Amino acid sequence: MARLAVALKEVPVVDVPHVTVRGLRKSFGSVTIYDGFNVDIPRGRFVSIFGPNGCGKSTLINLIAGLIPVDGGEIRIGGKPVRDVRIGYVFQNYREALFPWLRAIDNIEYPLRVAKVPKAERDARVARLVAKFDVKIDLKRYPYEMSGGQQQLVSIMRALIVEPEVLFLDEPFSALDYEMTLFMRDQLQHIFNETRMTMVLVSHDLEEAVYMADKVLLLSRAPTTIADYPEIPCPRPRNPETLVDPVFTQLRGHCLDVFQREVRKS
Amino acid sequence: MRSAASFPIRDSLLPVVGVVVLVLLWYAAIAAKLVDPVLLPSPWETMKAMWTGVADGTLLHDFLRTVERTILATLIAMVLAIPLGIVLGSWPRLYLALEFVIDFFRSTPASAMFPLFLVVFGVGDETKILVATFGAALVILFNVAYGVMNARKNRLLAAKVMGASRARILFEVTLLESLPQTFVGLRNGVSLALVIVVVAEMFIGSADGLGHRVFEAQQLLQMPDMYAAIFAAGALGYCLNLLFQVAERRLVHWSGK
Repeated sequence: MARLAVALKEVPVVDVPHVTVRGLRKSFGSVTIYDGFNVDIPRGRFVSIFGPNGCGKSTLINLIAGLIPVDGGEIRIGGKPVRDVRIGYVFQNYREALFPWLRAIDNIEYPLRVAKVPKAERDARVARLVAKFDVKIDLKRYPYEMSGGQQQLVSIMRALIVEPEVLFLDEPFSALDYEMTLFMRDQLQHIFNETRMTMVLVSHDLEEAVYMADKVLLLSRAPTTIADYPEIPCPRPRNPETLVDPVFTQLRGHCLDVFQREVRKS
Repeated sequence: MRSAASFPIRDSLLPVVGVVVLVLLWYAAIAAKLVDPVLLPSPWETMKAMWTGVADGTLLHDFLRTVERTILATLIAMVLAIPLGIVLGSWPRLYLALEFVIDFFRSTPASAMFPLFLVVFGVGDETKILVATFGAALVILFNVAYGVMNARKNRLLAAKVMGASRARILFEVTLLESLPQTFVGLRNGVSLALVIVVVAEMFIGSADGLGHRVFEAQQLLQMPDMYAAIFAAGALGYCLNLLFQVAERRLVHWSGK
């Protein structure tokens, strides 16, 4: 039975929509980004969003996460409006997203305080989460006393502490050096494999987008449509060998073709 | 370290060098008779005047009166300006509507307001304190409002996405975000309050305070007393600034990081 459950978890046969976007409209001034945009993000899967500059990759997750208002259309997460759903959001700029007046541990705990979780339970949940991450960070430090990678790790933990239904990540590793980026990708994949929570990653790095994802949402230039939405069937856990796996290289090549076709359209 | 070898002085003692050089130049000017000895007493005489003033309590009294007025003016200014600055900063459109008025009066020399305040509040302590309050409050208001307006948007969004209420975001994020800029306002505000209080003590029917002491000593040509009072005023300004710096480093440990 247990093995069957694992097998089912590993290979979802049918995608069940978790996030549904219908008829989305959004303009900034006279620039129309979305004009009747539809997409489904399947439950328990990792979706990367990739596309040309200015196509509204980050805007899309900001709209879904409720950070900016929509001009029109409907966005639902598990059938509910976003304000009724626990979500996690990891910002690109960790320096400006963490609270510098709180120690790392208090930053991580803060969403639980907002949710009025009692102190004892907050401590227990933070301890449990920290144990899941295989890193040695002194969480008594303030964010500005930590390296960039450590700060972003704290940001991710802060997003995960509420056990969100969906985790949104907006180019989370783009400000980190290469070594740290590789390490963080592993950490994130590890969390995904353990929790199987729905994750949505905006990336400006095609290889990263494909490497991390179950599905890659390739966007066109604005007004934005879906250029392609391919499955990435490479087995998990993925590792450096995945990068030379023929399935992987073929799909990355395909995504690059789609991307270049979209870029040339302008 | 070659520089340390050529200047065998510990870094912590370097600030003393400037003081020593100033005192030596002062002595040199007297020895060379560059200045009328009546107008420029020696450092030693000035020190003596300062010591006598402290010992007989007159300088100390004037000093404390100035401290009292300055602190009071700053406190009233804080009580008025900080909440108002938060309100204006949270409503940028309201701030824009009032920005010109605030900037105009912030740029108006507070000393130009003395006659008006005298007519309204009389020649008592209130006038001195309130003119200083006026000057300090506008500086503080301006900085608090800007601190609130320039709160990092990402931090506010981070709190919002966690489901924090507007009140929680205001008190636990925006206000803390604005603290570094608020302290800039407080430091400038207290300095300005001191300037205004000292000037007010000189010219508005005043019986005590450092401004009064400087002015009276000058009128009586008691130069050592005058210099002593000037240095006391300088020390006061320096200490007030230091006080706010230390408070800032304690309360806003993340400032500039």
